[in-house]
Formats: sequence, C-alpha cells, structure tokens
Amino acid sequence: MSQFTQPTLERPPMALAPTQAVSLNINGKAHTLQIAPWTTLLDALREYLDLTGTKKGCDHGQCGACTVLVDGKRINSCLSLAVMQEGSEIQTIEGLGSEDNLSPLQQAFIDHDAFQCGYCTPGQICSAQGLLNEGRATTEAEVRELMSGNLCRCGAYSNILSAVMEVLGNKGAEAAGSQATPKKESKEGARQWAAGAASQSVPPVEPAK
Amino acid sequence: MNSFTFTQATAVEAAVQDKAAHEGAAYIGGGTNLIDLMKENVARPTHLIGLKNLGLDNIENTPDGGLRLGALATNADTAYHPEVEKRYPLLNQAILAGASPQLRNMATDGGNLMQRTRCYYFYDLATPCNKREPGSGCSAIGGYTRVHAILGTSEQCIATHPSDMCVALAALDATVRVSGPNGERTIAFEDFHRLPGNTPERDNNLEPGELITGLDLPAKGFEKNFSYLKLRDRTSYAFALVSVAATLELDGTTIKDARLALGGVAHKPWRDKAAEALLIGQPATADTFRRAAAKVLEGAKGQGTNNFKIELAKRAIVRALKQATEMNQALDATAFQNSNP
Repeated sequence: MSQFTQPTLERPPMALAPTQAVSLNINGKAHTLQIAPWTTLLDALREYLDLTGTKKGCDHGQCGACTVLVDGKRINSCLSLAVMQEGSEIQTIEGLGSEDNLSPLQQAFIDHDAFQCGYCTPGQICSAQGLLNEGRATTEAEVRELMSGNLCRCGAYSNILSAVMEVLGNKGAEAAGSQATPKKESKEGARQWAAGAASQSVPPVEPAK
Repeated sequence: MNSFTFTQATAVEAAVQDKAAHEGAAYIGGGTNLIDLMKENVARPTHLIGLKNLGLDNIENTPDGGLRLGALATNADTAYHPEVEKRYPLLNQAILAGASPQLRNMATDGGNLMQRTRCYYFYDLATPCNKREPGSGCSAIGGYTRVHAILGTSEQCIATHPSDMCVALAALDATVRVSGPNGERTIAFEDFHRLPGNTPERDNNLEPGELITGLDLPAKGFEKNFSYLKLRDRTSYAFALVSVAATLELDGTTIKDARLALGGVAHKPWRDKAAEALLIGQPATADTFRRAAAKVLEGAKGQGTNNFKIELAKRAIVRALKQATEMNQALDATAFQNSNP
C-alpha cells in the first residue's frame, strides 16, 4: 500500500479537509485509509492504494470503465463513496487473476481479441464476471443487454460478446457435468504473445525526405 | 464536490435525528444519482447520512396478500426477487428497462423515487433553472426539449421524472411508507410525486426530514396481462422518450379492470384514471385502446422539439395495451386487422 504524503508547506493551509478512517477489504486484504468522505471508491483504489487497473472514464456512471465487484455484485466505483463500502468485500481486476494465472474471462478476452486500446477492458471483464455471478444471461441477446453498462469506444463489442459467450458456454457445460477441455495450448500461446508484445521494440519511423 | 461529513446510521430514528441536527444534510442510499449531482455541484449537501445498515433491505409478503419492498432493497434484488417475478412481472420489466446492471445493483427502491430529473438545463449550472434555483427562469422552455414533458407542465418547469420503476409502481397502486420527525405515515403513490406548478423545486410531497422506509404493493399484480413498453433513442441504457405501463384484467375479450401509466411525459409518473374508465367494460380492441390513448393525451402540449411525443405516446399506449391483451389469449385475429394507430 502506498502512502499519500502531503508536501511540506511553509505555513499551515487555511483549512484542512476533514478526513475519517475507513476500513476496506480489497481482493482479500484489509486496508485502513484516512481519507476525506467525498473520496469515491474509484479514487480510493487508484490514488490511495495504487490499484490502477480500475479505470476512470466518464466518472459519472455512464461508461462502466470503473466497474468493480462488491460482495460479488458489479457496481460503478465512481458513483460510490469509499466510506459507504466499510465492511464490504471489494474485488478489482487485480483480484480476478494474475499474469501467471489468468481468470477464464481474462483468457477469453485475449483469445477473442476482445479489445483494442484496452482502456475499457478491466471494467468489461469485471462486469462480465458480475454477469456470470448473476446467472441471468444465456443467449447473445441477453449478454448484449446485460453488458450495456460498459462502453467500448474502439467498438470491440462483437469480440467482447464472443469472449463472454465462450466462458458462459464453458460454465454451462461444467454445470451440466460434461468435461470442458481447457485450452492449454491457446493459453500458452496467448501468454507468449502477451510477453512478446510487451518486449517488442518498435522501429523508429523514417523522417520524410 | 463540496466538503461534507458522513455518518453511517444504524437506526431509522437516529437517522431522522441526525438529519434534523444538520442543516443541509441529505440521506444517501445507493448514491447513483446524488453523487453524480454532487460532482456536478447541483447538489451540495453539508452532511450525508448513510442508510445501508438500517436493515431496510428485506422484501417480504404482507398479511393482506401484498408485498413490502424495503426502501434499501436494491433495484436488481427487487426485479429478480421470486415474488416480484411471479406476482408483479410488470415491476420486474420496468426496473430492468432502466439504467445498467451496475447501477441497478447500487440503486435502492427508495432512492429510485427520489431521483431527480435529467433535464439538461437542471444539470447545467450555467443556465437558469427554476427547479435548481427558484425564480431564475426555465431554460428548457424555448430550448431543446426532447426529454421534456408534454403533460402537466407549468410556465415554471417542463422537466420529466426519469424513473421506469415508478411508472410501474403508479400503475400497481403502491403505497410509500415514510418515517420522519413527526413519526410514521403512508403516502399513496399518486400523491407522492408532484406537478411543477409554481414550486418546481419540490419533486415530491415528503416533509422536511422524512425518510422512505418501504413500499407496499397491494395483492393485485396483474400478472396475466401486462406490458411495460419503453421507447428511447437506443435500445438499452437510455432514459425513456415515452414509456407505458399497461395492465389488464380480462373476462374473455372484455376488459374488467385496467391500469395505464406513462413515463417520460410529465413531472411525475402519469397515471390516467379517466382513460382507464374508458377501457373498463369495453372489448379489448384497437378502437377501445385508441379512445383511451386519445383521452390520456387530451391536454398534451408540445414544446416544439418534443411535439412528436404526443403522437408517439398515443401509439405507444395502443401498442402496450395490445401487447398486454395478447399475452395469454388467442384473440380473434380480425380484432387488430388494419389497426395501425
């Protein structure tokens, strides 16, 4: 956990914002923050806990980039105050999987190329996880409707839909007792792809002559 | 956001006292509308009173055969509650027609009633608005009015109430339970929200300090013949241009009982009992529905850029009633022939 340090001032500021202690349970870890009551859950995650996987898009509950899970249910973290979440179990994209152990949704998003710029992706995946937890969607039309709180400006919707449908299908197959074969090769390939992409050096563009 | 203090209330009485002790205090349920308004500086409460630990999130049957929704039950938990799905499917449909899954997981039933208009001028501090600043004028009148009212408007305000859930609650004759400095009382749903008149700053008839504790639904849920038809600029996650909650109780093809309420057209969910009276005792045909629709829109007044909503509302009413009729009955196929309204 990072410490928020106040820069040293030559004289005390005119008025210090009143703060209060808040205990938050995030990705299975307890954190106590001393924060102003107007700090949103989103800002608490990003600015006080360095959990920057959760993105700030519109900051008004319209785009879904800030979606996290609270007690297993998806919410917009930009429209909730951190002080309102005392005692809740909060799960962010950082808690869904790790680089070595991607969650099925994270893997499916890679397999289906379900993003371009990636800014909406953590919110899309947390929202899709909430959708799976709810168990209300089975058809493509239902997934589209129940993912409508997450916007993607790149327009990767069709691939996002494919990714969610795949995990939904596997979940359904597991529930029905059949043996869903994990796509090991694909997973390994995806990891190599991700590692390669990260270390890829981009050649400089030749200046026009 | 302005500076404020926050307490998490643990009992209704304590919450009511806390509110009385702080001038400019506000209750906060899910926060989906209030926090947004605070970010826009439209709402500037000095103190927030959290309600989630009040134990008001239950949904339970009442002795008279109805259902009580705790004010802090979320919209999602309400829509998907087995009793709501089975006995009040109109309410299920209306809730799921609104907002997004994330917002429905946060927003509470009491808070749904308390949400404020999405009038662009109400949100824009740079423009005069009688609702935000009484006496400053109305920028919507003569402005861009696609989301504005066509019924029950005044010279002061043409804002609409944005809720879908409340349209169903109006049709279902819900009762609002409140607690306040003077104790508990109930408010009939049609008396809860107000028309703008000369006091558009008041959305509802709550007295200062009163807190919604629950909503009571009567036993009659019209679960056989109902429709919530919502027309909007995109197919999901948008406010209604016009919405219609229509329910029917049919005896063969004769209408024994009917409810009709509209959203997106007025400062409050628009229930029209005179139009319902035109339906009751009549055959469930397009002609009957058209007469009722004409009655609802009798006094409608367009504002220029929303004139289209008058005809849209008429057609939506006829279509919703037709959908409600056809749910469980194979009607005489000729009844709706050439019946495009």
